[in-house]
Amino acid sequence: MRKFYTLLSREVRSYFYSPIAYIVLIFFLIVSGIDFYFQVSFMNQRQVQYTVEEAFFNSVFFWFAFVLIFPLITMRLFAEEFKLGTIEPLTTAPVRDWQVVLSKFLGALVFYLILWIPTLLYFWIFLRITNQSAAHSAGAYFGSYLMLLLLGMFYLSIGCLTSVLTRNQIIAAVISFCAITLLFFLGLVQFILLDVTSTTRGLLGYFSAIEHMGTFSRGVIDTRPIVLYVSMTIVVLTLTYQAFQSRKWRL
Amino acid sequence: MIKVQNLTKRYAGQTAIQDLNFEVSQGEIMGFLGPNGAGKTTTMRILAGFMPPTSGRATVAGFDVFEQSLQARAHLGYMPENVPLYTDMRVTEYLNYRAALKGVPHRRISERVGDVKELCGLKEVERKLIGTLSKGYRQRVGLADALLAEPDLLILDEPTIGLDPNQIRQVRELIKNLDRQHTILLSTHILPEVEMTCSRVIIIHKGRIEACDTPDNLLGKIRQAGGVVLEAKVGNDNGAGELKKIPGVRDVVTDGEDEWKRFSLWVESGVDVREEVFRLASDRHWTVRELTQRRGTLEDVFVELTHPDVV
Repeated sequence: MRKFYTLLSREVRSYFYSPIAYIVLIFFLIVSGIDFYFQVSFMNQRQVQYTVEEAFFNSVFFWFAFVLIFPLITMRLFAEEFKLGTIEPLTTAPVRDWQVVLSKFLGALVFYLILWIPTLLYFWIFLRITNQSAAHSAGAYFGSYLMLLLLGMFYLSIGCLTSVLTRNQIIAAVISFCAITLLFFLGLVQFILLDVTSTTRGLLGYFSAIEHMGTFSRGVIDTRPIVLYVSMTIVVLTLTYQAFQSRKWRL
Repeated sequence: MIKVQNLTKRYAGQTAIQDLNFEVSQGEIMGFLGPNGAGKTTTMRILAGFMPPTSGRATVAGFDVFEQSLQARAHLGYMPENVPLYTDMRVTEYLNYRAALKGVPHRRISERVGDVKELCGLKEVERKLIGTLSKGYRQRVGLADALLAEPDLLILDEPTIGLDPNQIRQVRELIKNLDRQHTILLSTHILPEVEMTCSRVIIIHKGRIEACDTPDNLLGKIRQAGGVVLEAKVGNDNGAGELKKIPGVRDVVTDGEDEWKRFSLWVESGVDVREEVFRLASDRHWTVRELTQRRGTLEDVFVELTHPDVV
């Protein structure tokens, strides 16, 4: 357990050793800040049926920033170790492979959560200035951030998997970006392909991250997406672990 | 400490090592020699648990390096070739991290890290980023890392490559001073280093062990060992013919165009013929200006075993 904690703390700190962390943080704050500002000023001008909080988490602007951060966070995880050769001292130390994989995944998750902390400020500032809450209830905040956590887990695990398969960070980033974007926008397919049957439509709805986000940001906690994302994360992490172990046989 | 049985490793389409068998016992410094691509790094990587062998078995401190990898790894300090390090960490920070990773008890970490920094001469760069260090210092960081957990066994893959002569000397001293507590397996290209530090030597070539013995015994086995050189004016005598009559002399090669002739004598190992040569020269009234016994070097052994055409 202590070794795992050692690995994890290095993973989290390693983000801040490199400029990547700061660049991702700044990029993300700019985009999400502008998004928040746009949504509020848009709503100032007309009557709408949703809250600021819902608007913030469900805008195109937000999605754009959202799918881009995962490859940036995860591309270096394994690929860099392979490239630099530091995988050799790492795996010849008395640590287990699952500890390495899990520490990298959780390290990425911690950084991802750090990324979101400043957005809490937006709602606090909104409350201070307008004297009204940005959402109907505390449950809406909870639901939104819970969905962010769930999606984050799933997409970060995909990033881990693509990073473990190559020693080239760019390749890892491109593949995970493709996979995450396709998955995230899967729900939109029903609007594009008009001739799909209602069964297909319903099925795609189950996988639509956009739809899930919509539901959760209204404060409706649906257990089906929770099960989906947690189980998918476990599956992809298991694949990552297997791929990481297979390096021994591919050498 | 190390036991290797029929160890074989094949990569796609080529065999890196073939049926290696050797043992290294407690407290020994074993030198691992071989030309580039002979399979040294492959063998060390297998022993360090970095990759599994294709067939055969290897144990470290009684633990199978594949089946009981974790226990085996806990007993060894491994310094990989070219010493890959996290370039964005500082020296002390990196060593602290490695110590925790290797399970050094929490309260002993700062003491151990201090000790290895002292031992490896890293005090003056302890706050520097590893990425800014010179090759020599990185090498020492790698060595310090290997020593951190006071392992029973050290596996050092080319610890002195890329160092200047002073640094090589320092590392050599360091290794020599360690031998009391540690068993060491080290690979290198620098042969005098092996002669000076190692108690036994394995010479590996094309994935097979060519020789495994103490440096002295290896020297005794080769042709040049104990060769004698005589430089003398022999007048009208047939110098080579006379010298060949001395018991123990196998062959004599003559050089030199003028009246000074240079005779190189190939002698059976373990025989010193210099006294006989002197008597012969004095009986025949040869004028001698050089009589030396040529000491064979490990380099001769190495070349003879790994590149027989050159000799």
